[in-house]
Amino acid sequence: MQALHFLQALARIARAAPKPAHSARTRQIRHAAYASMAHSSRSSRRTWSRALLHRLRQRQQQRPGRLLTVRRRVRIVTPITSRPEEPARAETLRQLVPGGRGMEYCNLLEETADYVQCLRAQVQLMQTLLDAFSS
Amino acid sequence: MSSRRSHSRHSSASRITEEEINELVSKLQMMLPDAPIRRNSRVSARKVLQETCSYIRSLHQEVDDLSEKLSELLASTDTDSAEAAILRSLLMQ
Repeated sequence: MQALHFLQALARIARAAPKPAHSARTRQIRHAAYASMAHSSRSSRRTWSRALLHRLRQRQQQRPGRLLTVRRRVRIVTPITSRPEEPARAETLRQLVPGGRGMEYCNLLEETADYVQCLRAQVQLMQTLLDAFSS
Repeated sequence: MSSRRSHSRHSSASRITEEEINELVSKLQMMLPDAPIRRNSRVSARKVLQETCSYIRSLHQEVDDLSEKLSELLASTDTDSAEAAILRSLLMQ
């Protein structure tokens, strides 16, 4: 499911006319990679995939007129902790996993495992495509 | 985090959750690149999380690099090579 979505997106990018600049096409491919991850049937129920899709859509809307937007959004988010004696842990991990800031620690660990699996699958897919066509 | 295990004042509810957490942490440890080497050794939860962060960062970097290379690959379909023709026909269904 993840592979099919990515291949279809890649096909659309390849067909685009006029041909986009290298940097724009790279960005489109990268966007397609993360979108495919979020849309894969296993992950679409996950918090990280919804957060990732939200982030991707926001980035697309921001773009008109700018090539590479690097914007740091500082949001003050209070992590949801049901028990006061369990402080928010793993701050760095929360920043790396989409939607991680609002998760309980236990859910964060689950979501991280799923996110890592999807990331690995996507990387393997992209590497396989490269290997298949660049010999 | 290992010091919490010896405290007996925790309620049974939090003890169960702590087991769950330990299981989830070792599941993450299994996913790390060097998991086969470290399978039998006890790695602290903090270390597992640290290495998971590094691993995620490196995977993000790989996605960026591979996107770059795929972009170059798509650009090269302008040529008349056999690979380019195959790629074109595959992608332009």
